[in-house]
Amino acid sequence: MLTLTCPYCGVAAEETELAPGGEAHLTRHGPGSSDTDFEGYLFARQNPRGVLFERWRHAYGCGKWFLAARDSVTLQVFGAYPAQTTAPPDDLVAAIRAARPGWQPPAAVSAHPDGRTGDDYALNPTPARDTLA
Amino acid sequence: MSAPHTQRRSGRYSVFAIAREAMRLHSGWGRAWASPEPRSRYQVVIVGAGGHGLATAYYLGKNFGITDVAVIEKGWLGGGNTGRNTTIIRSNYLQDPSAAIYDKALKLYETLSQDLNYNVMFSPRGLIMLAQTEHEKRGYLRTVNANLLQGVATRWVEPAELGRLVPIMNLAGPRYPVLGGLYQERGGTARHDAVAWGYARACSDMGMHIIQNCEVTGVETAGGRVRAVNTAKGRIECDKLAMVVAGHSSVLAGMAGFRLPIESIALQALVSEPIKPCLDVVVMANTVHGYLSQSDKGEMVIGGGTDGFVNYTQRGSWHHVEETVRALIETFPMLSRLKMLRQWGGIVDMTGDRSPILSRTPVEGIFVNCGWGTGGFKAIPGSGWAMAELVAKGTPGPLAAPFGLERFAEGRFIDESVAAGVAH
Ligand SMILES: Cc1cc2nc3c(=O)[nH]c(=O)nc-3n(C[C@H](O)[C@H](O)[C@H](O)COP(=O)(O)OP(=O)(O)OC[C@H]3O[C@@H](n4cnc5c(N)ncnc54)[C@H](O)[C@@H]3O)c2cc1C
Ligand SMILES: [Zn+2]
Repeated sequence: MLTLTCPYCGVAAEETELAPGGEAHLTRHGPGSSDTDFEGYLFARQNPRGVLFERWRHAYGCGKWFLAARDSVTLQVFGAYPAQTTAPPDDLVAAIRAARPGWQPPAAVSAHPDGRTGDDYALNPTPARDTLA
Repeated sequence: MSAPHTQRRSGRYSVFAIAREAMRLHSGWGRAWASPEPRSRYQVVIVGAGGHGLATAYYLGKNFGITDVAVIEKGWLGGGNTGRNTTIIRSNYLQDPSAAIYDKALKLYETLSQDLNYNVMFSPRGLIMLAQTEHEKRGYLRTVNANLLQGVATRWVEPAELGRLVPIMNLAGPRYPVLGGLYQERGGTARHDAVAWGYARACSDMGMHIIQNCEVTGVETAGGRVRAVNTAKGRIECDKLAMVVAGHSSVLAGMAGFRLPIESIALQALVSEPIKPCLDVVVMANTVHGYLSQSDKGEMVIGGGTDGFVNYTQRGSWHHVEETVRALIETFPMLSRLKMLRQWGGIVDMTGDRSPILSRTPVEGIFVNCGWGTGGFKAIPGSGWAMAELVAKGTPGPLAAPFGLERFAEGRFIDESVAAGVAH
């Protein structure tokens, strides 16, 4: 069973005590942002096969949200840290690098490659907006 | 470049073939499909030899005459979710686009064995979704009405009739009394491996290449267009690339430089020891996250809800199995006396609206078919049909059009999460 140590109360919490909350460190795009950014924030996910950062809530414990680094293939846990941050702590990143040589932290995530804007990628099948194929 | 096909292939299967082989001690059966070495170029490369990838290839050949096709599989064909699912087939969805593609699939399943000359053991034994809360009852009554408008025959059944249809069921609760059910008499099951094998054999007969044990490790693009894939057996060029890899869709998309609205989650199932026939319909109990059917061998085939977090291991968490079984034994008390034989997991590709993606992508020439999540076995023929059209024409036909990636930007969801409520 997956066990994560809650960075607030220090309890080594089993999976059944925790509620998963999905990918961590998403940049929150809101009103005024581009459609592409907003879509990316809401829906596009890294979903990596390997090291990932994710949100968890100590649901049946202190109730607080925290973040954790884990490997989605081996289920190895690298560590957990408080949620009030926009990037994982340096020592955690160093520990992951040591365990996974060659691993790079995900770059600032963008839903689409090449820096093209959302309108270039309008995939609507109606011919008027049909910019692909 | 390709090696000579020395292995003898199977001919047409028939009662005469069985009689002939019986006379010569079954020495004459050939291979169901060929195992060629890849060529350096194909018109269409399909990544993933699960049901959806193979069906896409089949209908590309059958409906569009495109046979210069390779289906590239990192493991063995059908070894992903296609060979790991609980084989429930139904088309009683709430939203119109879903009903259209799932019912197309069901109709194709009805004649698939004849079409493929391969027995996929389609068994339309009927399917019941139990309502065990007032809320769920209202939801299913709404679905019955929606299905009526869609031309998908379903009906509401009262508890008394349910008791006759499913004698092993405890209707009284106490925690989750059975208040009725949504009944689709055309629903049922099929043999999952046979669906993959039947399509593979038919594709091989059309001259397509099915290349197993060959992982795709990279996607080469130039000027926003696909050029080739790198594989364990070398570089293979293609005009069009279809990514049909379920739980690995984000990995493949990452190779081509775009992201998908997908999370890969473990979903588990288990089977009991074989017992005498006691259940001749499929029963889903969505409130308690459990569903079951009885296989032809007599095993009770049981599935439940997904695990909660991103996981690529094909192993789920034990407590989810416990939850499923705990919930089911209230409604099916006889299960408590059964030994469970096997338990396993698959990596399912979940979208936010619990509907699939059949779409063009930011890279020209690359198409994705994914997001079938916990419920795509039932869709295989319809999905392949629609995907073949998308790949062949470059634009989606009526079945695929609502399922494009642009629906996320537009906020035009095909919300089946409330309607289905559970994995299956
Ligand atoms: C436990 C469980 C129960 C289920 N129960 C039901 C049910 O009752 N009814 C229902 O309708 N659906 C059910 N499903 C869902 C259903 O199994 C899937 O939606 C469906 O099988 C998906 O088929 P597919 O062809 O898209 O994927 P898969 O069958 O997973 O095929 C994808 C293939 O891609 C290959 N691949 C991945 N990466 C690469 C790469 N880099 N290079 C080459 N090949 C690659 C994989 O090896 C795999 O063989 C269930 C799923 C599970 C796990
Ligand atoms: Zn805590």
